[in-house]
Amino acid sequence: MRDLYDRLKTAFPLGELTEQRPDLAFVTVAKEQLRSLLLHLRDQEGFTHLVLLTAVDWLEEGNFQLTYLMNNRLACRDLGVRVMLPRDPASMDSIHDLWPTAATYQRELREMFGIDFPGSPRVDEDFILEGWIRTPPYRRDFDTLKFSDEVFAPRPGRASSDPTEFMKQQLYPDKT
Amino acid sequence: MAYQPDRSQYPSRKPDGSLDIDLSSGKYLKLWQGPQHPGITGNMSVELTVCGDEVIEGKTHVGYLHRGFEKLMERRTFIQCFPIVCRICVPEPDFNEYCYAAAVEELAGLEVPERADWIRTLILEMGRINSYLMYLGGQAGALGQGVIGQWTTYVRDLMLDRFEELSGARIYHMFIMPGGVRDGLPDGFDQRMEETLREIESTLADVKDVMFTNAVFKKRTVGLGYIDPAIVDQYGVTGPTARAAGVAKDVRRDQPYLVYPQLDFEPVVGQDSDVFARADVRRRDLLMSVDLIRQILARMPRSGAVMAPLPNVLHWKIPFGETYIRGECSRGEYGYYLVTDGSGYPRRVNVRGPSYTHAMALLERLIVNCNISDVAALMVSLHTYPPEIER
Repeated sequence: MRDLYDRLKTAFPLGELTEQRPDLAFVTVAKEQLRSLLLHLRDQEGFTHLVLLTAVDWLEEGNFQLTYLMNNRLACRDLGVRVMLPRDPASMDSIHDLWPTAATYQRELREMFGIDFPGSPRVDEDFILEGWIRTPPYRRDFDTLKFSDEVFAPRPGRASSDPTEFMKQQLYPDKT
Repeated sequence: MAYQPDRSQYPSRKPDGSLDIDLSSGKYLKLWQGPQHPGITGNMSVELTVCGDEVIEGKTHVGYLHRGFEKLMERRTFIQCFPIVCRICVPEPDFNEYCYAAAVEELAGLEVPERADWIRTLILEMGRINSYLMYLGGQAGALGQGVIGQWTTYVRDLMLDRFEELSGARIYHMFIMPGGVRDGLPDGFDQRMEETLREIESTLADVKDVMFTNAVFKKRTVGLGYIDPAIVDQYGVTGPTARAAGVAKDVRRDQPYLVYPQLDFEPVVGQDSDVFARADVRRRDLLMSVDLIRQILARMPRSGAVMAPLPNVLHWKIPFGETYIRGECSRGEYGYYLVTDGSGYPRRVNVRGPSYTHAMALLERLIVNCNISDVAALMVSLHTYPPEIER
């Protein structure tokens, strides 16, 4: 992958290359450079398959990481292109015109992480959740337990326990 | 020669490119196929706009089975995630187990024993057979051939028996865990598996005679749902759907994993890229899986460890890293993107199921200008499982 990285580095300002496996590497690029880099990868380097587009919430740093995973089947290589975005307001250029299937990923990211992709088809329509008005649920600051306590009434007669504590109790009854 | 209007231009489009559909004109009708409908693939629905019996526009709706697995996993330790990942896909759960386990092993630096790799490959091929058998029944059923589903369900049940004696479970096996597999093969397993494989081959011969040479089946499926090979990568098409279009995409050969490099096989490829071609590719792929299972049982080591030593799983922390693991499931490329941050919990798990692209953007494209009676057959031919769309 180092050869590919060296070629790309001449045309795009890239971050450090993270070589995870001989056939998989990750690289960070600035938001403004993403579109031209993806076009270059698709048209010049044979990375024609957009495997996935997803986000990672780095709440502590105040960033979202978008990962565009590109695959070159003939060369048996994958390159993950990372883009760091500020969490609020989170907005990114749409790539639905490059891969029509990206519109679905972007719609999900809009709903689950609150990342906007202006111009992406049906991006504001509900995807999985219906009528959701709270914090986008895949953000790290969305508290699932608090949501559950607020929305659902507890069923009488049911007890629940923390799985970790329960396992400790089962395995080490003397120490708990 | 009869006048044939250009249906692709019907109805007209607005300047912004969207269809100009005036529901009050009485020419169009909104119709929901699903979520509770015999002609739908699982818990999803398609919002159809029809003009007469022709589909003008289709929109896929999912969310009926959303359980938030990716979020759940962020609050569970690595070993606690293992029993829940298989729930993401009911008919072929083993790929979730394999991809998750392999991703954790890679980031944690675990070396899996060779015997475990052989057993994992065996399980994945057994799961593929189950999934294909379910598909064949569904594809025939969508066109009114109910008996095929009864035959394939019978032989699938035999394969579930093999899963049960191997893992104790019929549907969610929870057998492939980080570090290896839970156990070796039971005594006499090879003999019983061989009997099951023979039964499957015999049934498939019947299916070929009754389904693939049936005049109605051929008449209705040849030419239906054509996928241009040029759009395969644009729409993220993988697996048998891509191979039926002549694009020989098969992760088992392109980026081999487990013990596939040691097995003798060639990807099954079709040409015509329609519903019939996709069904035929899957039927032949199923036969190839039967052959692969025989190869695995003949060559696999019979002794040795099946699990790598794990650290204390209650305090298991995995260093910072990210990886992507893929496998070739019966529907296409299945993958797990795992990000770790040095804590005892995954930072992010993203599941890439083939249905995500097939049932959304691709289906919405193919469904336009389709006859409403063919919608079910077209949907089934993409072999989609909604739970892996919404996770």
